[in-house]
Amino acid sequence: MVEEESVRVVHCGGSELNFRRAVFSADSKYIFCVSGDFVKVYSTTTEECVHILQGHRDLVTGIQLNPSNYLQLYSCSLDGTIKLWDYLDGILIKTFLVGHKLHALFTVAHAEDSVFVTINKEEPDIFQLVLVKLPKFPSQEIEAKELSFVLDYINQSPKCIAFGREGEYVAAVRDFYLSVYFFKKKTTSRYTLSSSKNKKHAKNSFTCVACHPKEDCIASGHMDGKIRLWRNFDDDKKYTYTCLHWHHDLVMDLAFSVTGASLLSGGRECVLVEWRDAAEKNKEFLPRLGASVEHISVSPAGDLFCTSHSDNKIMVIHRNLDTSAVIQGLVKDRSILTGLMIDPKTKALVLNGKPGHLQFYSLQSDKQLYNLDIVQQEYINDSDLIQIELTKAAFGCFGNWLATVEQREEKETELELQMKLWKYNKKTQGFVLNTKISMPHDDHITALCFCNAERSETPTLVTASKDGHFKVWILTDDSDIYKNAVGWTCDFVGSYHKYQATGCCFSEDGSLLAVSFEEIVTIWDSETWELKCTFCQRAGKIRHLCFGRLTCSKYLLGDTENGILCCWNLLSCALEWSAKLNVRVMEPDPHSENVAAVSWSSGGSDLFVFKPSEPRPLYIQKNITREEVQWGVFVPRDVPDSFTSEAYQWLNRSQFYFLTKSQSLLTFSTKSAEEKLTPTSKQLLAEESLPTTPFYFILGKHRQQEDKKLNEALESELVQLPLTENIPAINELLHTPAHVLPSASFLCSLFVNSLLLSEETRSAEEIPDDVSMEEKESDDSDEENNVTEHVQDTQSAALEEDIVYQLSKSEEKELRKFRKVDYSWIAAL
Amino acid sequence: MGEFKVHRVRFFNYVPPGIRCVAYNNQSNRLAVSRTDGTVEIYNLSANYFQEKFFPGHESRSTEALCWAEGQRLFSAGLNGEILEYDLQALDIKYSMDAFGGPIWSMIASPSGSHLLVGCEDGSVKLFQITPDKIQFERNFDRQKSSAIQKMIVDRQYMGVSKRKCIVWGVAFLSDGTVISVDSAGKVQFWDSASGTLVKSHLIANADVQSIAVADQEDSFVVGTAEGTVFHFQLVSVTSNSTEKQWVRTKPFQHHTHDVRTVAHSPTALISGGTDTHLVIRPLMEKVEVKNYDAALRKITFPHRRLVSCSKKRQLLLFQFAHHLELWRLGSTVATGKNGDILPLSKNADHLLHLKTKGPENIICSSISPCGSWLAYSTASRVFLYRLNYEHDNISLQRISKMPAFLRSALQILFSEDSTKLFVASNQGSLHIIRLLEGSFKHLHTFQPQSGTVEAMCLLAVSPDGNWLAASGNSAGVHVYNVKHLKLHCTVPAYNFPVTALAIAPNTNNLVIAHSDQQVFEYSIPEKQYTEWSRNVQKQGFHHLWLQRDTPITHISFHPKRPTHILLHDAYMFCIIDKSLPLPNDKTVLYNPLPPTNESDVFRRRTAHAFKISKIYKPLLFMDLLDERTLVAVERPLDDIIAQLPPPIKKKKFGT
Repeated sequence: MVEEESVRVVHCGGSELNFRRAVFSADSKYIFCVSGDFVKVYSTTTEECVHILQGHRDLVTGIQLNPSNYLQLYSCSLDGTIKLWDYLDGILIKTFLVGHKLHALFTVAHAEDSVFVTINKEEPDIFQLVLVKLPKFPSQEIEAKELSFVLDYINQSPKCIAFGREGEYVAAVRDFYLSVYFFKKKTTSRYTLSSSKNKKHAKNSFTCVACHPKEDCIASGHMDGKIRLWRNFDDDKKYTYTCLHWHHDLVMDLAFSVTGASLLSGGRECVLVEWRDAAEKNKEFLPRLGASVEHISVSPAGDLFCTSHSDNKIMVIHRNLDTSAVIQGLVKDRSILTGLMIDPKTKALVLNGKPGHLQFYSLQSDKQLYNLDIVQQEYINDSDLIQIELTKAAFGCFGNWLATVEQREEKETELELQMKLWKYNKKTQGFVLNTKISMPHDDHITALCFCNAERSETPTLVTASKDGHFKVWILTDDSDIYKNAVGWTCDFVGSYHKYQATGCCFSEDGSLLAVSFEEIVTIWDSETWELKCTFCQRAGKIRHLCFGRLTCSKYLLGDTENGILCCWNLLSCALEWSAKLNVRVMEPDPHSENVAAVSWSSGGSDLFVFKPSEPRPLYIQKNITREEVQWGVFVPRDVPDSFTSEAYQWLNRSQFYFLTKSQSLLTFSTKSAEEKLTPTSKQLLAEESLPTTPFYFILGKHRQQEDKKLNEALESELVQLPLTENIPAINELLHTPAHVLPSASFLCSLFVNSLLLSEETRSAEEIPDDVSMEEKESDDSDEENNVTEHVQDTQSAALEEDIVYQLSKSEEKELRKFRKVDYSWIAAL
Repeated sequence: MGEFKVHRVRFFNYVPPGIRCVAYNNQSNRLAVSRTDGTVEIYNLSANYFQEKFFPGHESRSTEALCWAEGQRLFSAGLNGEILEYDLQALDIKYSMDAFGGPIWSMIASPSGSHLLVGCEDGSVKLFQITPDKIQFERNFDRQKSSAIQKMIVDRQYMGVSKRKCIVWGVAFLSDGTVISVDSAGKVQFWDSASGTLVKSHLIANADVQSIAVADQEDSFVVGTAEGTVFHFQLVSVTSNSTEKQWVRTKPFQHHTHDVRTVAHSPTALISGGTDTHLVIRPLMEKVEVKNYDAALRKITFPHRRLVSCSKKRQLLLFQFAHHLELWRLGSTVATGKNGDILPLSKNADHLLHLKTKGPENIICSSISPCGSWLAYSTASRVFLYRLNYEHDNISLQRISKMPAFLRSALQILFSEDSTKLFVASNQGSLHIIRLLEGSFKHLHTFQPQSGTVEAMCLLAVSPDGNWLAASGNSAGVHVYNVKHLKLHCTVPAYNFPVTALAIAPNTNNLVIAHSDQQVFEYSIPEKQYTEWSRNVQKQGFHHLWLQRDTPITHISFHPKRPTHILLHDAYMFCIIDKSLPLPNDKTVLYNPLPPTNESDVFRRRTAHAFKISKIYKPLLFMDLLDERTLVAVERPLDDIIAQLPPPIKKKKFGT
């Protein structure tokens, strides 16, 4: 399609959803959140992303509803623009060019055509709150340079600024100060908390602020977990405050309910606290939110709350503190130890998620599918605790088995290891713990792999450990009297000269197992567990091992710490070729012979794609990222792409995703990210009034296509006849009352005619339209096939539909002619 | 400063009684405090919170209510069913009157001060009219007749409302008709008195809320809880431009460990007291005009008078308790050591005598003669004199009976340095001089108060040569009497602040006077004028840190060999003023630590000033010089006091 376009590295989803407070629409139907350079619109009921508002060229830093039109949304960005959106249609209405980097955005109801933004002018840490007048011109792009200064030396974070009752004052906190600017009096009052030097109050500094919507009351959150409620602050002398203290660590965010009757606070405790009547003893909790609460927002209608969490999650919470929806992005706040994997069943990307969890992340919809709790222990957020860490995971047997390894190392000598094997349960569509093996090895497990050969009858798993052994685990009858319980037991323990086992890999057909022992690679027969041969290159410890696939299955690849990439021929038991390359990631493509290797040097990371049979790479891309690449994975495409250019052919069947040290998930693409995401958003656009439920995706789409084809409304009873319903002649026939119908002989020819193909009636310009339509339909039904249990073969069904469609088009004109005849005939009667 | 061997005495087992009631008088800026043993103390808040007067307690008189009425008249009522009025001049009880309603639980004066209302055990409320010299029963309100006074009625009415077994500990009736109640469920509740409905409820504690006090302006009030927390509530306007106001709980103060039994609200401060015996005065920052030292928190624990007297010759200490006296002989050591060493005792301190008083009255004052063979104490109705005989280690006590009738009660008792004379300050304002003979005594003379004044003298000092006697009351100046000629010698000019300690220096007969505002004067008795040094001090002024000390100087003494030294102490420091050295100014360090020995002499001389202060011993109840090289310091650590109190309400502390 677009082979001229060069392949480039793009960010693919997984951007922060919790960067700023989420904003509710006026009717609480939608929730908006900034996500990288985009603004995402989610439905609060279905958790689906309805729109992605694209247009900013840098990080979006603030969003607010337009106070004078609740169907519009303002957004500001580091690119120095404020954009006004129609969020229902996902249309950019206007762009205001401000010129400064904008760090936060605030709107106030009475200030009609102006907004407040945070900018920094000279020094890096000095931020100012300014009022921007947004001029009213009809043009798309307007310069808004009229800035009036409000407050200086404020905090960058929008959590540290709050507008008070009816926008009469603005409160800003920073360090140990609370500044209140009164718009009417044009005065600033500043309150300092008792000495910052005093050790007892050293953690007194402000973290966030919120203003009561009805009363003159400011709530401020502090590092020591206290919440202070300030009153009488229009008087420098008579001001007073109350303390509310429940949080033991800093208060991350505060929000008043719409009426001001309750105050919400959240912090590291992962608990949302609701203080009613601002009374210390009258509080409600929503505990176990999974990760620390970073932001809290309240819907203007007052029925929903929303919390953003550090694990890239947005929770929509009902007024009575029931969680009603969870929007989960890619969890990124932990180090990734398991690497990137693809779940063969869901095609989801699998990696470490929340502490002790595996996350299943859908790359297509940029959404977390679900979390699998591996450790199954309540996580206590305490920096001093040594946590159990999920270090290894592997899928086997086409996604039917999952093996995980967790470890906890209190001291060097006290290692706690646990291996768990999970079976996929079709009924519950999830993994169920089958076998738990404590201390499978005496030392760290370095590698874990399943034998994924189709012919192997018993599932086999191999673990390699620093204790010098590799162990083969097989699924056996875990006999109880019903003989239907199965479990994993150790079948074989292998070692090689007391070297540490550092890696293991099965060949594609499962007949051979390669285990690396530091510098030596050993090849074992998987039938008899006999040592077949060894390879030793004396080039440092082996880091990665992998067998070639398909036509290259006779090759074994390995890369060493000294930066040598070796390829051994298993038939000749000799080194085929070697290259000097400091490989960080080596990933074979499961659908082709290709192997991707990412090397690292101080300048950046380079990608090499090659076939093991040839030492010459197929494709090289230098400097894919400046950072070190930690993990990579090939993701099979649903629909093969068709790059004709030889260099890009490796991308036809699979896509390569990789994760850098700073945990940004990147991929190679020719299409821009926007283009990739449009199909889903367009589908969702079509029917705004309908709530988008998963059920709607299954059934609603059918109906939608039919709606497009037909101008007339369909009778629901006719749906039972899936083919004939579309023919207008038959419709007419069935709808007309019997006593006004012409004779059967007249109708018969008409009916037969309607079933005939009439090529000549089609106009020339209609054809291309239809073709594109067809393509799209077939595309859609292909996707559908994954989720629905369509009885018919989709390909043929689409074909049939096409025929019917063409027929009906031609027949309509016939029918129109017929109608005239018909009516005159009735009149004559 | 010189090196001293210090007897560090920690066996004075004194526990101040818990505070039961406080009453603040706005007119005179004085605070009346009653304690659980019936003692009533008057603090002068204008005079640096000095405890200027006290009325001794009585076993059968437990005070449950205390109030000021008609200006500066102080009334108390208690469980014996009596209403008492105190004579603030003569430091005596004016009269007591039975209310005939059983134990009295509450008492309040009408805002005009003309009437007194008491709530009795039998459920009746009795109204008394305050006449110029007495109170007179006027009428009785029964429980049913709810029309006239709402205070107690509201109290009863809501008894059963909030919770089963909930006790309303206090109510306040505001002029706008709001009733505020505090109860044992930990709630502060606002009621509309017209409709009898609950308006708002604040749950503030897990334990009882025991006390409430409203400011005169009715824009703020304070409550005390059994957890030791004091909460401040303020009437705050809802929005800056509306007249609507709401009561908001603002600041909690945790200065107490035990029940806060009582609170008071002065225009500028919150005052609280309770079982843990501290009187806490917390100034309200927003009401303080200048943020100076007066705006600091005050915590008063120990009485501002001496409870310890000392016999230098025999190394005896006499400790005064409410109902007994203890006589101890100090231990001794033969060991020597360098500065800062703790020396082992070769002979432990001896508890020689435990003298219990007869009758229910508390001891007002006590004294042991310098030679150790005389002991005297006084209760509110009698003065007791004992002769002590020492035979080796045995001690025998002989009471001198037939005290003269005019010696009814003494506010201060003092022996002359040679133990031949006894000076007694009676509460009538007169001073009696009694000559002590072996086993008997003889009344020598009585100095009558100046005509028209009945002010009691509470501080006495006698010159070591026995010629001069200085006596001081609360307000008028210090009178100096010539004991030889039995006549008034002179009167030191009156000063605005009460005297806290007096002493006459040997040889020079200079009278050293300490006042509650931390000023120290030296007055030459023979020359009838302030000494040159004192004038210099006044000219230059004291160091600001000296003036900012919390506690008054309670004892002054002199070094027999170093005439330029004055030794004085308060509860938190011991100081030797060396009159030969230059005075410190505000730039010099007042509390300089002991100069390091390796420093050059130049530096030492440059930093040396007249005030040598040691803060090693605290809280210090008494310190005196036994001989040239020996000091005795009586300490009472606060932890020891708390250990003797009932355990406080256990609160779960986070992280424990």
